Amino acid sequence: MAVYKRTYKGYEGAQTPEWSRFLILPRYAWESLFKQRFLLIFYVICFFYPIGAGIFLYINANLGMLASLIEAAGKFNGLEIDGKFFYIFHSVQSSLAFILTAFIGPGLVSPDLSNNALPLYFCRPFSRSEYVAGKLGVVAFLLSFITWIPGLLLFLLQWSVGPEGWFAKYSWIAPAIFLSSVMWILLISLLALALSAWVRWKVVAGALLLLVFFLSTGLAAAINAVMRTDKGSWLDITSNSGRIALELFRVREFMDYSEGQGISIEEAWTAQFLALGFCLWLLWKKIRAYEVIK
Amino acid sequence: MTPVIQLENLSVRLGNRDILRGLTGTLSGRTIGLLGPNGAGKSTMINTLLGFYPPISGTAKVLGLDIRTQAKEIRRLVGYMPENDTFIGSMSAVSFVRMMAELSGLPGEAALERAHEALFYVGLGEARYRQVGTYSLGMKQLAKLAQAIVHGPKLVILDEPTNGLDPPARQRMLKLIKEMRDSNQMNLILCSHLLKDVEDTCEEVMILKQGQMVYSANLEDERKLNRRFLELETYGVQNGFVEAAEALGCECAALTGGRVKMVLGTGVEIRDIYKLAAERNLQLRRLSYRRDTLEDIFLKAMEFKGAPQAK
Repeated sequence: MAVYKRTYKGYEGAQTPEWSRFLILPRYAWESLFKQRFLLIFYVICFFYPIGAGIFLYINANLGMLASLIEAAGKFNGLEIDGKFFYIFHSVQSSLAFILTAFIGPGLVSPDLSNNALPLYFCRPFSRSEYVAGKLGVVAFLLSFITWIPGLLLFLLQWSVGPEGWFAKYSWIAPAIFLSSVMWILLISLLALALSAWVRWKVVAGALLLLVFFLSTGLAAAINAVMRTDKGSWLDITSNSGRIALELFRVREFMDYSEGQGISIEEAWTAQFLALGFCLWLLWKKIRAYEVIK
Repeated sequence: MTPVIQLENLSVRLGNRDILRGLTGTLSGRTIGLLGPNGAGKSTMINTLLGFYPPISGTAKVLGLDIRTQAKEIRRLVGYMPENDTFIGSMSAVSFVRMMAELSGLPGEAALERAHEALFYVGLGEARYRQVGTYSLGMKQLAKLAQAIVHGPKLVILDEPTNGLDPPARQRMLKLIKEMRDSNQMNLILCSHLLKDVEDTCEEVMILKQGQMVYSANLEDERKLNRRFLELETYGVQNGFVEAAEALGCECAALTGGRVKMVLGTGVEIRDIYKLAAERNLQLRRLSYRRDTLEDIFLKAMEFKGAPQAK
């Protein structure tokens, strides 16, 4: 019907599958996010390191060819590409992911709460969990493109250009890249969403995200010192994430504490899952059509 | 025909306060007015029907679907225009309404087409690319209406749609509501404390007071019933006119100045009254139907202190 015919008409056409509707929120959010030039530039910068690492892997694997071109290169025997290489890649990209989340995350839920927009979402066949999944998707998809997806691409590149037997020796790196990145993405995304839901000012929520990471470390250290225990480390989400990544990438020499100190790796995993659960609980309390004031 | 709303002893508690208390009744009109003073539980009832608040006892059915077990199916069929200032300020109206249509299940292209149509329909066609946050209050109300109807719902719930509107904007909103009603493609629930709006647009009303239903009736039936009340102004000697009318089965009250109030008896028509007057050479200078306005009904309902009253 032409728009100039201003009469009401019903809709009997096709419907999209229900499972796919949570993807609508990321689509609209990205459309608005990438209108911000600063964010776009920063996101492009996030790809510099993966591209550089890719070039390095290629050169590292083809030193023989380069040696014939550049005499000096012959003196360089190449690096062993192992867990340490991918751990450094993971650390750099995770830091960038954190900064990106601090920019994006706080603006996801708080505007909907400030504008009382939640009833508009939930009066449709669209649930609270789909809303959280959609908002989580906004950050998680973006972060995936700068963390585990390029990480796995680098892994595949090294497999294809690296020495024979490399894959058999280092096949455990692929799940390490995926698991460590996904845990980190989930943690910072959910934390950003939870803070955005509870603190309605975007700037404050962004600052609070940074503060939570510093505070958790400080609080854990204080509890450990005062109570003469290691159990305070349960609260140290930064250290626990690092601990998990170090274990997954098998680079224990980077650990700044000896065996027997701090909480165990099992406890670190449990602490991270508890932190994720706590963020989800915070979101669940706030994300509802109308708040009941007791 | 499936009733629009069936309430079965519906009770809702928020915090530690009973907001809705044992509501029971059936509403089937094409347009249903939900009336009550502030704090009567109108918005809570709407929110409960949409599944936002869980009932503590009883249940309700919307278009035959149970709110406890089929909330998602209900939301598929319902469009909702909330009372509060509710929007996504940073989006243009067309993006906002399109997104809402997509969330209701429309594919992207259909959603875009219908978003344009809905915005033109409500009268925001020229302003559809402006950010909703920059709209005036009246325009925001229209944008809310557009998002409520964009997916072609079978039932549209309008919570205080004329709130804060100036007279021309209010008239425009009421005109749209009447047009939607007359399109015969949807049922409407209009929640308001403005009796005139409800009277102008609704076929059926439910009046709530302190979480209880104190009145529920079909306004058309009520109006038909009210046509039996007459107010007459006579001139000249009545010559037993009142007694003759009573003999026909009418209830009469003779007032001063030749005025007579009358309830017509069963089978008695207006022509019988004219005939009685003519036989007595009595002039009827004025004859008007006395109607209970919605305001009369509402005020009576507000005085009510007993069990729920349904007609």
